[in-house]
Amino acid sequence: MNNILVIAEHAEGQLSTATAHTMSAAAALHTETIDVLVLADQVDAIAAEAATIKHVSRVLTIARPENAHPLAAVLAPQISKVAPSYSHVFFPSTTFGKDLAPRVAALLGAPQISDITSVESARVFKHPIYAGNAIVTVEVAPSQTIVATIRTAAWQPAPGGNKATVKALSLEVNLPTHTRYLGLQSGKSDRPDLQSADKVVSGGRGIGSKENFDLIFKLADNIGAAVGASRAAVDAGYAANDLQVGQTGKIIAPQLYMAIGISGAIQHLTGIKDARTIVAINKDSQAPIFEVADIGLVGDLFKILPELEAALS
Amino acid sequence: MKILVGYKRVVDYNVRIQVKPDGSGVITDGVKLSANPFDEIALEEALRLREKGLAREILLLGIGEASLTAHLRNGLAMGANRAIHVIAPKMPGSLIAARIFHAIIDKEQPDLVLLGKQAIDSDANQTGQMLAALWDRPQATFASNIEIDGNKVRVTREVDAGLETIEVDLPAVITSDLRLNEPRFIKLPDIMKAKSKPIDTIALDNLNVEHDEPLKTRFYAAPPKRSKGIMVKDTAELVSALRQKNLL
Repeated sequence: MNNILVIAEHAEGQLSTATAHTMSAAAALHTETIDVLVLADQVDAIAAEAATIKHVSRVLTIARPENAHPLAAVLAPQISKVAPSYSHVFFPSTTFGKDLAPRVAALLGAPQISDITSVESARVFKHPIYAGNAIVTVEVAPSQTIVATIRTAAWQPAPGGNKATVKALSLEVNLPTHTRYLGLQSGKSDRPDLQSADKVVSGGRGIGSKENFDLIFKLADNIGAAVGASRAAVDAGYAANDLQVGQTGKIIAPQLYMAIGISGAIQHLTGIKDARTIVAINKDSQAPIFEVADIGLVGDLFKILPELEAALS
Repeated sequence: MKILVGYKRVVDYNVRIQVKPDGSGVITDGVKLSANPFDEIALEEALRLREKGLAREILLLGIGEASLTAHLRNGLAMGANRAIHVIAPKMPGSLIAARIFHAIIDKEQPDLVLLGKQAIDSDANQTGQMLAALWDRPQATFASNIEIDGNKVRVTREVDAGLETIEVDLPAVITSDLRLNEPRFIKLPDIMKAKSKPIDTIALDNLNVEHDEPLKTRFYAAPPKRSKGIMVKDTAELVSALRQKNLL
């Protein structure tokens, strides 16, 4: 029998939307039981939110002061105590899940599948490798616990409206003190969140400077979009690290993605391949971004962006 | 301090990956192979720690077929002191790789293990975390800055929400992100010098590591192609195309 444990991601006392995306992948297995596990210092508000997600059977909570910050070395031993009664343990494929899932898998002696994009059966899954240039179908040996991260951009968030029961767990487990949280320098702004935004305006090397990158912010604010960047733009210091979209940055699936001054290296394209509509603005008509763009415009972005600005206001 | 660095060989990041028509893998014959870029960053960081006087010895570990030796020479030319080559018919999955690292750690007792956060072929992003669990030591993944202070390391991590800083006790596993450093280029005299640096080889079967692959890859497919879009000639056309799709 299959039953699934989904590890909840949260920040500042709020459940992250990645959890509802992960739930959709769990629901695709058509199992009887999908439990959500919340590890935090204050669990109540997060658990209440998780209990509303469709498909959730129970929300389990472990409230400990050590769980105030998501340290994999601290969370993994607790999850590995709960996991043995489940056939599958799912995490969102965010930096939280990528950091934590392999540590749990190794404690369970189990392999891990990274970035599931499709569920074929309870033991057969698809996921991308080589920056999305190949999709592999993998099968997990029977009797192995299946630990996996879920490519959130490939799954719609599960809807709300549920009223699952919440149950507090108390575990006998010694937690390490060799890893200590010091702080977070957040790139947080009033703009929409890059990973969940409907619209994203992204700038590349063609923007030319940190000052010019304001043009990207301005357009984004004008249409209510989040801001992204190519690796080249981040490496050049035009934009913050956490704005990077691509193989080693964020994988996103907005309704509208506007790539401005981005040539479209394969490592970047893998981050946007699930976007509904891709718009490319680039002065080089041969840029690979035009091969994936739904709407392409060849031209000088410094002329086009002010024109866009004027047309939108 | 002794630093162990993982050094994987992958299809070069500039190569356009082609899936074999029969779905049995991707084409690697005649394709350029290079060090995993994240592993080069990990090695560069180890070299810088040695140059600061914080490390004494840098040991490379490679896993794979016999031809991997030439690849390990590149890492020695970059500056590592010596290398261990665990000979296996092919590169194993992350869990087995982590077990191999753990077995080598038992013998070598490094103070720090530096790995790439992911390899650009499997994109798994698992080995470092799995190793830290098996070794029962701290992990600091996605590192963009490392400061060593005695027995403690302060690591800045690139997380989705921004830059997180944690402190870990040594020994520990740290995995490199893109902006930890820019790896140096290998110079010709260093290639000559690397020829005399030692590479120990160990057959995987002699390591006493459980290595039955628990995950079977059944099929490789090319990704679905996006359908060809339209080109517009100016900003006005762009705006009307977006309005038509209700995107503005």
